[in-house]
Amino acid sequence: MSALWRQFRRNRPALAGLTILALVVALGVGAPLIRPGDPWAEIAQPDLWPGEDWRFPFGSDVLGRDLLSGLLHGARVSLVIGFSAALVAGSLGTLTGSLAGFYGGWLDDALMRLAESFQTIPAFLMAIVIVALFSPSPLTIVLSIVAVSWPGVARLVRAETLRLRAADFVLACRSFGMGDARIILTQILPNCLAPVIVTISVMVASGILIEAGLSFLGLGDPSQLSWGTMIAIGRGSLRSAWYMSAIPGLAILLTVMAINLIGDGLNDALNPYLRDRSK
Amino acid sequence: MSAIAIGFRLPPYARFLARRIGQSLALVFCTVLITFTVINLAPGDMVDVMAGEAGAADAGYIALLRQRYGLDQPVPVRLLHYVEQLGHFDFGYSFRHNKPVLQLIGERLGATALLMGSSTILAITGAVLLGIMAARRLNTATDGIISVLALLAYATPVFWVGLMLILVFSVKLRWLPSGGMETLFSGLTGPARFGDLAAHLVLPAITLALFHLALYTRLLRASMLEVLRQDFIRTARAKGLPERIVVGRHALGNALLPLVTMVGMQLGAALGGSVVVESVFAWPGLGRLAFDAVGERDLNLLVGIVLFSGLLVITVNLLVDLLYSWLDPRIETQ
Repeated sequence: MSALWRQFRRNRPALAGLTILALVVALGVGAPLIRPGDPWAEIAQPDLWPGEDWRFPFGSDVLGRDLLSGLLHGARVSLVIGFSAALVAGSLGTLTGSLAGFYGGWLDDALMRLAESFQTIPAFLMAIVIVALFSPSPLTIVLSIVAVSWPGVARLVRAETLRLRAADFVLACRSFGMGDARIILTQILPNCLAPVIVTISVMVASGILIEAGLSFLGLGDPSQLSWGTMIAIGRGSLRSAWYMSAIPGLAILLTVMAINLIGDGLNDALNPYLRDRSK
Repeated sequence: MSAIAIGFRLPPYARFLARRIGQSLALVFCTVLITFTVINLAPGDMVDVMAGEAGAADAGYIALLRQRYGLDQPVPVRLLHYVEQLGHFDFGYSFRHNKPVLQLIGERLGATALLMGSSTILAITGAVLLGIMAARRLNTATDGIISVLALLAYATPVFWVGLMLILVFSVKLRWLPSGGMETLFSGLTGPARFGDLAAHLVLPAITLALFHLALYTRLLRASMLEVLRQDFIRTARAKGLPERIVVGRHALGNALLPLVTMVGMQLGAALGGSVVVESVFAWPGLGRLAFDAVGERDLNLLVGIVLFSGLLVITVNLLVDLLYSWLDPRIETQ
């Protein structure tokens, strides 16, 4: 772990990403303290530009909702949805991928054709269909992101499992009678953890982008103010008050970029073959 | 089945073809299974929608409708019925538009094809230029700037790019129209109409292309680096070919191969992205149709579009694979 951190720390962009993400997490967690109350509340004078009234440093929207409050609460929504979707998709993908790779045969064929057909349907279209059918809520939004993200992990874990299944140390475990479940859990999965972690970190980023897209189209959780919703609201005033859609967009850009940088850093730190590629 | 049975007697290429087509058919079946599941999992069925459209209907009439459309049958029978329907190219009926789903898709397909075609060409052309530049000037400022731009393009929500482009080029600079496919009631014909269409196309095409431009640039940079290290490049240089020919012909030709596969694989992502782009720019294509279907709760139409896109992606990927095996005969033997 400390060796990993030493590798990671040397990567300056990754460290910058980690700093930005830590800041976004802190702001999201601290949202109720920094800006208590409902971000939907119309508490300011409408159409305030950023800096016009320092009680509302990022200005207000057409109905006088505080943009700063929206940004902070939006950070919570993005992070919670992004991370939980990535965790669920990661677990589901790991489970199906390791089963398919380890047992092979018809199970492998069935699971992989299923994964491929999930990848065949345009991801964002599929997400829209799932959310629209079961009405928007945090659960359906997470499910829709899981539905489009799990095949990637499943195929990755399957490939790794196939490679490891025939490895000498796995054969040794078999020879002294270790059960399948124990071999998968204690021998195979820990050895394919590195690429899985990298993939999951990238999935957090894509999950945040999908959530933003859904809520921009009006398919977000109606009870939460998310960054995508803020951009959709600001869109109506694009001509007169572009900051309303520009600011939450920058927030998404910054957060997603930070996570991608961390993912790149993890990839370099975890992959011994790439470790010295900078030289 | 007969293709598999005689497979061992076929020449390698035909065997490859048969296996690849078999895989695609399995994928088609799985995709149909997914859309069928989606239709059946959704709360409320077609009859509920029809009853809702009619205003009110009594229970007996609803039961009669269910019987007529076979909705009272067990699931396997309904699946068979669904597959049979699709076999006749019947993608269902949109009660909202009072038209068959396939006809609606056909009406909008051209606009989406135009948008996606131009954005793909834009992304590939841009990526070839930037990728070569980055690979030739490895670890210089140019390479660095290109990497940073790719990083930004990866992290930017597509719809937001669209809005910001509208802000800059339509609202502030007034260079380009902010939405639609043509100026309405302009009465333009010939080249003038073409110019009008092109002007409307620029912003949506750039918006849709940006993410893929970044993706392809990274891919092309990596594969150019790989190819430029190989012996035949050294040979080409050693026999005194100008660098322009070595890079532009010998290296690029080979570096483009992985890009062909990637472009095929990204078709689905581009179709998904077009939903957002078309609704930002009011572009009258398939994506916009899908988005409107969500708002109107037109399930048949929505699922029809999903299935159609899935089939399109499968077909295009099959064609890309065949194209690839023609460009690079080595992969047949794998």
